[in-house]
Amino acid sequence: MALKVITDRCTGCGRCITVCPFDAVYLENDVAVITPGCRVCRLCIKECPEDALYLEESSQPEADMAGHSGVLVVAEAVESKLHPVTLELMGKGRELADELQQKLYVVVIGHGLKSAAEELLQYGADEVWLYEDASLKHFRIEPHTNAAAHAVSGLTPNIVLIGATPVGRSLAPRLAVRLRTGLTADCTTLKVKENGDLVQIRPAFGGDVMAQIVTPQHRPQMATVRHKVMDPAQRFRREGAVLRQQELTDSALASRIRVHSVHRRREKPSISDAEIVVAVGRGVKEQKDLKLADDLARLLGGQVGVTRPLVEMGWGDHTQQIGLSGRSIRPKLLIALGISGAVQFTAGASGAECVVAINSDPDAPVFSSAHYGLVGDLYEIVPKVIAGLERGESIHAVL
Amino acid sequence: MNIVVCVKQVPESRDVEMDPETGNLKREGAAAVMNPFDLFALEAGLQLKERYGGTVTAITMGPPQAEEVIREAYMMGADDGMILCDREFAGADTLATSFTLAQGIRHLQAVDLIICGLQTTDGDTAQVGPGIAEFLDIPHETSIQKIHGMDEDGLRVEKDMGHVVMDLSLQLPTLISVAKGVNQPRLLSFRRKLQTRDWPARYLERSDLDDHKEAFFGLDGSPTQVEAMFPPQPHTASERWEGSSQELADRLVQLLVEEKFVQSGVDE
Repeated sequence: MALKVITDRCTGCGRCITVCPFDAVYLENDVAVITPGCRVCRLCIKECPEDALYLEESSQPEADMAGHSGVLVVAEAVESKLHPVTLELMGKGRELADELQQKLYVVVIGHGLKSAAEELLQYGADEVWLYEDASLKHFRIEPHTNAAAHAVSGLTPNIVLIGATPVGRSLAPRLAVRLRTGLTADCTTLKVKENGDLVQIRPAFGGDVMAQIVTPQHRPQMATVRHKVMDPAQRFRREGAVLRQQELTDSALASRIRVHSVHRRREKPSISDAEIVVAVGRGVKEQKDLKLADDLARLLGGQVGVTRPLVEMGWGDHTQQIGLSGRSIRPKLLIALGISGAVQFTAGASGAECVVAINSDPDAPVFSSAHYGLVGDLYEIVPKVIAGLERGESIHAVL
Repeated sequence: MNIVVCVKQVPESRDVEMDPETGNLKREGAAAVMNPFDLFALEAGLQLKERYGGTVTAITMGPPQAEEVIREAYMMGADDGMILCDREFAGADTLATSFTLAQGIRHLQAVDLIICGLQTTDGDTAQVGPGIAEFLDIPHETSIQKIHGMDEDGLRVEKDMGHVVMDLSLQLPTLISVAKGVNQPRLLSFRRKLQTRDWPARYLERSDLDDHKEAFFGLDGSPTQVEAMFPPQPHTASERWEGSSQELADRLVQLLVEEKFVQSGVDE
């Protein structure tokens, strides 16, 4: 399959060159030529006024579509603990399976996970397959891929969902190659068509464009999904839900990787990479009050940032400073506490996807760039937010 | 140690805008550069070569202008460069790209270590490295944040797993993808620019590869298809909340829960 030019029709107007996002078209003797840079996005086909461009379809053998049924979630366990993305994948997986009137399968790979695997039966799975072995304790790519591939060949699912975590982003592409099927990374929306095709929507070009991707001729269809994108599964046990223990051969458990140790991260990750940032400005009266921001950030799994005046007063260090003379951040959520919103600060924070500002001055410039502006005293509001989150935390801890 | 570093030419700016009416991508004179993550991969390869001897070969798949990133790799210190360039490679998704690069690496023979950047800035998938390793049937590890060097078990590295770090060794031949900050990439050398000006880059097309069945390459070899592209729904809310501090706090907690910003009580 390739993009072709009907040379008789091409007038050399160059509109295809203008729309091509990949610089993959040039003119030779006033006729468009497609280079290997072409990603077949088809924009030029739509743009061409002469209908001189077309997609040459090739006949591909169809995969055995009817033979594949069900949604398989690969649970994620790091060091014998399930990652919460597992329940989120199961929530989405259950929804897709219901729509297709098919089953939801979960595969659990690791060591010391039997009770966690049993617990997953309470969250809408029809079948949980457990691969339990001491040599699967650490994530090592070959035996983990072998286990996942074993489950896929036994269950022949239509769809496979994997978390877009450090583990999933290593496992999923290896599994997709083994199965010679398509894999779409970091999907933010997943839905199914009536024929069982999975519609996968993901951000492209750093989030400036959304791409809708399908895997029409291959099964299973594979997608990874980031943590905190889908809603977690509800507690609900399906009738006949069953746990099945699986065995792998010794050669399938072998690995050319030796794990020496696993330890908790010592260094704090950079504020530039943080997904959630609680930023503090001069609305904070005393240095000890920064504890409010610390507590809020800890509950949200985020990091604390400060504005320049606070660094100058010695209340924070340079690595925490957000702004023109500090770091630029691109978090999913920025909570600005007592920040007026001077250009110095906003220049470093413009990449934030969602901005919540709390400020007692209703005229503070920060409100013009905030998505949610809370007019009030941070000393009154933040402790109540912290209390509210702490209450919620005990309800939400499910695994 | 014979090392291959996979590199890719990407648009310099990530700022691609879409015309909401026509759906066309607006790309204003975007310059092409080496994928920033690949600079760390090249530096890692060069440092290992300096310690253990051998060669560093930069490999890329792309159009003829991708030769620019091979030249850049020369300027940093690579010994050799290869461009997999064929119109039949066009439209490749990560499966077909992994296959094509794996074929190119196989063509080089006697490769001990393949290093990739963690991901590219235009695709953001991080899928091609593990895909190459599977096609070559060698172990791999991604998100490497530290390279210690060789020990009796192979190449000793630290893998970033989010909240934990794994210290491990991989038997050679193997593939790693390195995270930002694994090292400090060296600057391009002007002297090397002059020295390598006449160095050719090897061009390979489909027919040069061992396994060159058409159906494995480009669009034909790509199970995924882009059906449509559209602009994202921007976060357009611009709300002003007023009320008692308790009301404001309750609404904020509700927002944080609804938008899934709240940790669910389990460590990542």
